[in-house]
Amino acid sequence: MGHSTGSSGHSELGHIVPLKVYRTVLAILLVLTVITVAVAQFDFGNLNLVVAMVVASVKAALVALFFMHLKYENPITWLYAAIPVFLLGLLLGGVFIDDPFRISPEDAVVADLSAEKMGEHHESHH
Amino acid sequence: MSHGEHASVLDDPQGPPHVHHMDPPTAYHAAKFGMWLFLATELLLFGVMFAAFAIFRWKYFEEFHKASKHLNWKLGAANTAVLLTSSYFAAMAVDHAQHGRNKKVLSSLLITIGCAVGFLVIKTIEYSEKYHHGYFPGGENFHEYKTFLPLYFCMTGIHALHVIIGMVLLGWVASLAAKNRFSERYYTPVEVGALYWHLVDLIWIYLFPLLYLVG
Repeated sequence: MGHSTGSSGHSELGHIVPLKVYRTVLAILLVLTVITVAVAQFDFGNLNLVVAMVVASVKAALVALFFMHLKYENPITWLYAAIPVFLLGLLLGGVFIDDPFRISPEDAVVADLSAEKMGEHHESHH
Repeated sequence: MSHGEHASVLDDPQGPPHVHHMDPPTAYHAAKFGMWLFLATELLLFGVMFAAFAIFRWKYFEEFHKASKHLNWKLGAANTAVLLTSSYFAAMAVDHAQHGRNKKVLSSLLITIGCAVGFLVIKTIEYSEKYHHGYFPGGENFHEYKTFLPLYFCMTGIHALHVIIGMVLLGWVASLAAKNRFSERYYTPVEVGALYWHLVDLIWIYLFPLLYLVG
């Protein structure tokens, strides 16, 4: 992939990226950083986290595609770049599905005590 | 690498350097792929810490919210700009190497390493602020944020360790550039070293908003 003739230089080694691309990417990255900071000055609740993570992912994609030349890499490199992202998705996805529905031991004790306070003789321990 | 010496290298009883077992393009692509493979494991190393952060932020939201207000987002933002700039110069070093301009490879890498020093200086200022306010492990106020602070020091500390390793790695590549080792036909260490450096930048892109901004 990427070894056909193009406008920018090629060799049997890596792809040579036009310098304009690097400069543009740096400028966009710095602008996105300013946007991240600016958005964080307002309280949009959980939306703040979503915006921050989306902007961070756009920045990460720019770094990977252009600075790290992923755009010009072969399919096997794409596969090995995608595998950890997929595994991370599984891990974080599992956390987000599992975590909000968990009852911690402390909460369980509190629930138990309040049940007893309501005057029900709850013979939970035999 | 000079190529006129193959016969004498092969006559050497020690054998040729391992890179000569492959033709140069194959060696280049194999080395680069090896770095991508390593970076995949690095992503998972940090990924586990991000997952831990997500769990505890959910559980102790109030603490995380208050604790992140104690971090100086201006220093964090400055460090983001410093690392992004350092990555740009690492990418420039690769471009110069692809054109065989060793002097410019050297100067670009020195700017990258200079940015890395700047990053560590700012990080040190932040850590010492935490230390003076008792928010360091063992400090008198550490218990106030006893879930957030260990994660903060763990994540930024392991990231800072990567910055230091990256500086050593790029320093070695710069020393090769100073010896005019690179050409259009051979620049593997520049590209592989830059790949590692970009990952350090990439991790910080997520650390900065998570720790300093969204709380």
